[in-house]
Amino acid sequence: MRGTGTTTTVDVAGLIKEFGRFRALDGLDLTVEPGEVHGFLGPNGAGKSTTIRVLLGLLRADGGRVSLFGGDPWHDAVTLHRRLAYVPGDVHLWPSLTGGEVIDVLAAARGGVDGRKRAALLERFELDPTKKARTYSKGNRQKVALVAALASDAELLVLDEPTSGLDPLMEAEFQECVTEVAAEGRTVLLSSHILAEVEALCDRVSIVRAGRTVQTGTLDDLRHLTRTTVDARTRHPATAIHDLPGVHNATLDTTTPDTGAGHHVRFDVDADHLDQAMRTLAEFGITALTSSPPSLEELFLRHYGSPNDGTHDHDTHDDDTATTGSIAVHTPDGAAAARHSREGAAR
Amino acid sequence: MTPPTFAATALLVRVTLRRDRVRLAIWFAALLALPLAAVSAFESLYPTQASLDGYARTAANPAAIAIGGPGHGLHTLGGVIVFEVGGFIAIGIALCNVFLVGRNTRAEEELGRVELLRAAVVGRHAALAATLLVAAGFNAAVGGAVAVALGTQGLPWPGSVTFGAALTAIGLVFAAVTAVATQVADHARGAQAIAGAVFGAAYLARAAGDIGDGTLSWSSPVGWAQATRPFADERWWPLLLVSGLAAACVLGAFTLESHRDLGEGMTSRKPGPARASAGLTTRLGLVWRLQRSGIAGWAAGVLVAGGAMGAAADQTGDMLADNPDLLAALGGSAAEELTDVFFRMTALLLALAVSGYLVAAVLRGRGEERAGHVEPLLAGAVSRARWTSAQLAVPAVASAALLVLGGASAGAVYAVAAGDAAQLPRILGSAVAYLPAVWLFGGLAVALFGMAPRSAPVAWGALAVAAVASLLGPAFRFPAWAVDLSPFELTPQLPGGEVALTAPVVMLLLATALTVAGTAGFARRDLATTA
Repeated sequence: MRGTGTTTTVDVAGLIKEFGRFRALDGLDLTVEPGEVHGFLGPNGAGKSTTIRVLLGLLRADGGRVSLFGGDPWHDAVTLHRRLAYVPGDVHLWPSLTGGEVIDVLAAARGGVDGRKRAALLERFELDPTKKARTYSKGNRQKVALVAALASDAELLVLDEPTSGLDPLMEAEFQECVTEVAAEGRTVLLSSHILAEVEALCDRVSIVRAGRTVQTGTLDDLRHLTRTTVDARTRHPATAIHDLPGVHNATLDTTTPDTGAGHHVRFDVDADHLDQAMRTLAEFGITALTSSPPSLEELFLRHYGSPNDGTHDHDTHDDDTATTGSIAVHTPDGAAAARHSREGAAR
Repeated sequence: MTPPTFAATALLVRVTLRRDRVRLAIWFAALLALPLAAVSAFESLYPTQASLDGYARTAANPAAIAIGGPGHGLHTLGGVIVFEVGGFIAIGIALCNVFLVGRNTRAEEELGRVELLRAAVVGRHAALAATLLVAAGFNAAVGGAVAVALGTQGLPWPGSVTFGAALTAIGLVFAAVTAVATQVADHARGAQAIAGAVFGAAYLARAAGDIGDGTLSWSSPVGWAQATRPFADERWWPLLLVSGLAAACVLGAFTLESHRDLGEGMTSRKPGPARASAGLTTRLGLVWRLQRSGIAGWAAGVLVAGGAMGAAADQTGDMLADNPDLLAALGGSAAEELTDVFFRMTALLLALAVSGYLVAAVLRGRGEERAGHVEPLLAGAVSRARWTSAQLAVPAVASAALLVLGGASAGAVYAVAAGDAAQLPRILGSAVAYLPAVWLFGGLAVALFGMAPRSAPVAWGALAVAAVASLLGPAFRFPAWAVDLSPFELTPQLPGGEVALTAPVVMLLLATALTVAGTAGFARRDLATTA
């Protein structure tokens, strides 16, 4: 199926794209190897869609190196496009055509469709192909583009936030489809900001922010770089935790009367310092302990929490975003507010 | 106290004015400039009463009547101006209202903006009411400005005010007609097509009536407005008819809107095919499918209008018999000559209309691009050049077909009426001769689309200038070289004129060059993105 040997599927280095004076991409790097499912993460406006449009030859790069299947996406657009299928982030359909007609038109534009796959996908996504496109909801428009792309045998799927507007059942169906595609050894570039989706599907991720790649690697690599959140109760107030290296956002409750449950302490700790932190914590007499594994979410927020990450700790998030699995970009003020409210809750 | 269904109308009036301020300002300036220019032009052309009397004896030929109206008070400067430019201003203000209302109601619904607004404390009728208020204000401003402009230029005030009021009335009635169309049609484009067709029919009905015995003119709101007879025994009561129709349409539109779902029309939605036909999956097939209903509408329009002109031409003989002065002015073969003049005008009008179609059809590619419909195709194995060529091939062929259809329709009807089969090829040829000029405007639109997409509407400006030069250039004393530069003037003036091939060939080459340049430009530039 792949037939590309070892040629890197997507190879982008130092990509620059400007719209007038606005620099949308500012030296972006992205590498997708054949057969991998690559997560492309970033907040709204980070440059994900712009990168994809440059990769598709819809926009012209202003600088840097872009190669797709080893070719130039601007000059060899048509040849390269026979080998990929694309789902745009914002699906616009011809309002007077039916969904089924649009699927066939889009499929024909890339070189044909597998009728059996098409029928199976229509069933899986519960899409009525006889309705006029103008009557479709956002989710159904998204399904039209998904069916058209997934019904192809393309060796690369370029999916730009493909599940926006899908209900959870359809989202699960989508994940299954991508898993099948991956099992066939085909390549997927999945732009998303739904972290659960990326964690479930992707082998490697690249995180972009303000037109630059800020982190790239396997999920395990990235987890190693993140912090574990520790929530514990100790017999004696764990006062020493605050000063340990690698400990962040420690909140210590010394005021609670000792009811036997112990004093509450909560902190984030870098993977490298987890061992030392736990030893220190044990000295205060642990009565209860929960540790949350580092999530992609946390990693994500750490990169977006502040415009000058690394110099300040803004790696907090409010619980709403944590439970919904979407992300919010925190301004420094917002992050401070979120931290403040959590500290308040802890007391 | 505003009824709840009209809540926030004032806010939406401000939003509409903000969105459309440039467009409305341009329309206002153009609609005011035309009568102002006409005053100075015709004042110097016909400085004496004797010259005006001479004009009155010869000007009212069927072609001029078809465009300009019944021609009341042609012995006065005001009457001449109403006759010469009143029709164009009426067409302009009517179309402006069709676009204004269509754009701010259903088109906004399709884009989802009305949903956003109506979820707030905004009444069901607020968007339509606000649009109609803006339209009413605009029409009153144009009518008032025209009246003041003509009056201060020394024309009699009663006539000036009547003319301004008639223009306001025409604008109002077609804003109201469009309001009804937006409630009935399936989508915004359809609504504007319905309203445009109603206006076309109304204009045609009064043209036929004015050329004939006048009865048919009373079936048309444009005819009613003209029946106010500016500068010739003004009468106001026909304006009651126009206002009554406008009020009835507005009431009807609001009533329909009370029963209409957001984003829906009045027609039921049947399921369509689950699979695309083999034709649809070709590039040309897709473009044809998306444009065919528009082309069908244009075809019906040129067919009916051409036939009407052919029928009207047959009355030329009667008119000459009534008008010995005109006969004398034209000399020996007067009847024949006058018919040729009539068909030269018919061919020019047809060419202008088809050019308008072609510019709109080419610029629709830009609309498709901005709507995000091109992105998924180009993300497939479709090259930019292939997309462009399919996108252009359909309107290029359609524009030629429309010229043939209009010319054949006029020629066939006249050939039958006059019992002279030889007229068909003559008249058909006169229409087809305009193809290079029409394509030249199409080429200009392609070049702008490809190389300067933001300036694409400039193609409309160029067409408007050429239209004014051809229709009014001599009267407005445009410098001869400027008039001669108009592609419509460079076209052999058939029937009756000489056939020269140089200019058409040059125009064809230029159109090709512009098309190639535009196609290359589109292949080189960034695609407009939607999000």
